Amino acid sequence: MAFLQFSNVRVAGMSAAVPNHIDENKETYSRWGDYNEYVATTGVERRRVTLPDNPLCSSDLCVAAAERLIDELGWERGEIDGLVFVTQSPDYILPATSCVIQERLGLSSDCYTLDISLGCSGWVYALSTIAALMQTGGIRKGLLLAGDTCSRMVSHDDKSAFPLFGDAGTATALVYDENAAPMLFAMHTDGKGKGVIIINDGGFRTPFTLDSLKQEVLEEGIERSPLNVAMDGMSVFSFAISKAPKSVNELIEHFALDKDSIDYFSFHQANLFMNEKIRSKLKLPAEKVPYCIRDFGNTSCASIPLALVTQCQSDLQTKPLRHIACGFGVGLSWGSVYFESDSIACPGLVEI
Amino acid sequence: MKNFIEKFAEALEIDNVESLTADTNFHDLDEWSSLAALSLIAMADEEYDAAINGQDIRNAVTIEDLYNVINSKK
Repeated sequence: MAFLQFSNVRVAGMSAAVPNHIDENKETYSRWGDYNEYVATTGVERRRVTLPDNPLCSSDLCVAAAERLIDELGWERGEIDGLVFVTQSPDYILPATSCVIQERLGLSSDCYTLDISLGCSGWVYALSTIAALMQTGGIRKGLLLAGDTCSRMVSHDDKSAFPLFGDAGTATALVYDENAAPMLFAMHTDGKGKGVIIINDGGFRTPFTLDSLKQEVLEEGIERSPLNVAMDGMSVFSFAISKAPKSVNELIEHFALDKDSIDYFSFHQANLFMNEKIRSKLKLPAEKVPYCIRDFGNTSCASIPLALVTQCQSDLQTKPLRHIACGFGVGLSWGSVYFESDSIACPGLVEI
Repeated sequence: MKNFIEKFAEALEIDNVESLTADTNFHDLDEWSSLAALSLIAMADEEYDAAINGQDIRNAVTIEDLYNVINSKK
């Protein structure tokens, strides 16, 4: 059981960027079935997606979010000496995208950079990583960038994936501060579920061949190639409604947190029906659980900061807040975090 | 088993419980849908603390098969 506690690190700001193109599911889903039924289940009315003729990378979205946040904070680029980038849509197989971003953001060559390959649990995992790196003061200002361009990983002919996923990039700014409240984590992994959400081809286990491009009809409305995300939605659902509430509860119990004193419970935005099951199991009031899935869909590791930035901006900017956040998904990987924020920098949504 | 059939009917919002038996092929029910499958998984989680996956549901044919797989995953 990985219960982790890190002191001396404070969240100083949060921002998010999305592509300016909006894909309306009312139009997109009509080729497959009843749009109203689809929205009642998934909660996704529209998503932001990058367009195939001039596609953006996750790093482009994260850099846009980071630039805006750095300006808002008034930070000097040279002061930022830690950068953690979490994504499953990197710029290249190699080099690591965090190195590319270090140069693009004009950060110092003394900067520590690291890529992390995780999806829906990624923001929570990467927050534990950067907090661990910063807790002793060797890094005073750090950036956690979390983003994915899911629309480029799914088949456009897969009704179980294409209308669900959106693209987004986020930036979370952290500072070394000896007065900061501790960040608390409860983290898990279960690789038995590695096949539940997977892109089978194109890595080194099953390298790309010409066959990788062949699109297969798996069932009506589900056509994809082994280069696309394949998702067993029922198994994801079963996993998430069981593990996500457990992980929140064990975090609360292990660290003796006062559940009622938490201002926001922010969950990975997976699917509205699934998220509402999780919320009802935890008996959380609706006003404490932000949702951005209606307008942005499931945005993988970006979803927790995207929900906070788009739904709680003014509270983040003006109030002291206690947060619990919980990410869960591909891996299978999941975890929960408790952290506090107080009047942080939170510029409006960036559209590029 | 009777108790399980009642919970099954409730999860799928089937009013006429008497129409269901242990041998009913649930994939053929009018009420069966992807949302029904999710409701069933949620019922297994809430009522039996059992995590059944997509494969379990696809492999099961009758309501009794479901009952057995849920009991084996408790």
